[in-house]
Amino acid sequence: MKKLFALLLAAVMLMSVTTVFAEDDVITLKVAHIGPTTGAAALYGLATLHGAEIAVEEINAAGGKYRIELINEDDEHNVEKVINAYNAALDAGAQMILGTTTSKPCEAAGAQGYVDRVFFLTPSASSPAVTEDKDNVFQICFSDPNQGLASAQYIAGHSLGTKIAVIYNNADVYSTGIRDTFVAEAAKLGLEIVSETTFTDETTDFTVQVADAQNKGAEIVFLPMYYTPASLILKTAADKEYHPVFFGVDGMDGILSVEGFDTSLAEGVMLLTPFVATAQDDLTVSFVAKYQAAYNEIPIQFAADAYDGIYILIAAAEKAGITADMSAEEACELMIAAMLELQVSGLTGTMTWDETGAVSKTPMAATIVNGEYVFE
Amino acid sequence: MIFLDNLINGLSLGSIYAIIALGYTMVYGIAKMLNFAHGDVIMVGAYIAFCALQYWGFPPVLAIVAAMAVCTALGVTIEGLAYRPLRQAASLAVLITAIGMSYLLQNTALMIWGANPKSFPRTFINGTTLRIGQLSVSSATIITILANIVIMIALTLFTAKTKMGKAMRCVSEDRGAAELMGINVNRTISVTFAIGSALAAIAGVLLCSSYPILQPTTGSMPGIKAFTAAVFGGIGSIPGAMLGGVLLGVIEIFGKAYISTELGDAIVFAVLIVVLLVKPSGLLGKQIREKV
Repeated sequence: MKKLFALLLAAVMLMSVTTVFAEDDVITLKVAHIGPTTGAAALYGLATLHGAEIAVEEINAAGGKYRIELINEDDEHNVEKVINAYNAALDAGAQMILGTTTSKPCEAAGAQGYVDRVFFLTPSASSPAVTEDKDNVFQICFSDPNQGLASAQYIAGHSLGTKIAVIYNNADVYSTGIRDTFVAEAAKLGLEIVSETTFTDETTDFTVQVADAQNKGAEIVFLPMYYTPASLILKTAADKEYHPVFFGVDGMDGILSVEGFDTSLAEGVMLLTPFVATAQDDLTVSFVAKYQAAYNEIPIQFAADAYDGIYILIAAAEKAGITADMSAEEACELMIAAMLELQVSGLTGTMTWDETGAVSKTPMAATIVNGEYVFE
Repeated sequence: MIFLDNLINGLSLGSIYAIIALGYTMVYGIAKMLNFAHGDVIMVGAYIAFCALQYWGFPPVLAIVAAMAVCTALGVTIEGLAYRPLRQAASLAVLITAIGMSYLLQNTALMIWGANPKSFPRTFINGTTLRIGQLSVSSATIITILANIVIMIALTLFTAKTKMGKAMRCVSEDRGAAELMGINVNRTISVTFAIGSALAAIAGVLLCSSYPILQPTTGSMPGIKAFTAAVFGGIGSIPGAMLGGVLLGVIEIFGKAYISTELGDAIVFAVLIVVLLVKPSGLLGKQIREKV
């Protein structure tokens, strides 16, 4: 009886949805999500997949002109397997790709897509090589070096201080890339870099770097690095009773989940991030609630990027006039042209794009308060 | 003031190198082999202490004892299983085995504890900051330097006064003759590994108290630096390892502070090359003439 009722209800819902647009007018886009849903980077691939699924559900339930059929292919964060995943997606009829989630595979698949003329919108692949020399690939997240630019703008824009120390990993292209754009932009904005010191992957002792920043009176210490060395720097500074504002980038995300980490060390640390699950705006609250109900976990930044990705694809498809019978190749040029004229507001900010495929949006920074990220 | 701050930091870092270097130098002096797995025993010791503190709720002192016990057992087992059967083999075979053992330990740790870094908890060792005049010094720094001094004195007394210590010096000087005199060479070498590994556990706890990030590769770089320190001081010599370790730490910190942070490690190894060119046996190493 219950089953019958549910079936009936579903039928009624389906009818009510389809009546908004006549059957002929509804266009179903085939979008492929490619990301590592298994393997070591599965955390990220599952986040982008789940974020995208929430958006697809919303769009299909809303009954607009476009519906989405989401195809998922697993690339295992592997540069060879991603090509198989990409081919499988095209074989399944994908017209455009939401992905790939991680940088290295995205470089490979994006390059193949450039030859085949397939449109890529990556939620989270942030290396500059992802978009370099490929007009078909667009990013939702900041590219790595642009995080340096955005950080300098945020620090200057919010008057956090003018004397800045930079500690960076000179053996790591992520760290040096961000440092280079940060230093260049800081000079333009009248921020003074009083101390600049380096380290490498093997460094465990940061006493010299921290002491240099402290002795030169830096009010802000910029940390373009991953959270492992950052946690050592925070500890060293605490030992020296040095309490500047520490400002990190997306690599800092995760510092609070290091097992055994004394989160009081990170109190007041700021980091550049477009999404915080505890933010109180309606869009975030609703997204987090749906995500938790569906997957029983708090969404990370990657999920928010992919959620926005689906809405960006819909907006671009509408502008470009994509139809259900277009091939990926036909859709590609139209989508590229549409992206350049597009402005989309989503969970991660209001975004526009240029020919390089890089996104511009207002930089946002979260502060760690009582062991949680909050937007000021 | 800055000079004094750097000096203290250098002494602290150097003391950790020195304690690790003792393990290398004792094993080399007695078993005539380079135990490249030593750095990874440090990592295991640190993980055991981490588990004891974080999961099992041990008090810090007991956690250190647990780490020492596990490392001692590990060191003796490694020696018995991997090195003893190769006692008569070419030294190259033993060296390769040691490198293999190092990777085995790292990958086993990766399997058990995962790749995600863990943060070493706060204990009495690194819990407080002391103010000396205008200097802020972590208690870990002071305790590390003190521990180094205590260990040096204890080891010197041990090798000079006890029966086992004397046996070690005999085996070190001439293994064949020692055996003829009724000294149990295998047992002596096992004890050496036991002491070296127990010291590695202490070094692991001190290392992670000062620099509280713990990963399966935590032991490798300090291991290599400590090996350098042992060679620098004269491998096989206990005071040499101490001197080499402390000097290496001070040179590293001063190099970074006054020359360039980018060249910190390059300076350390450049100093090693210069020392070995001038005095090939290291600072306190014995010059041994080999008859041809």
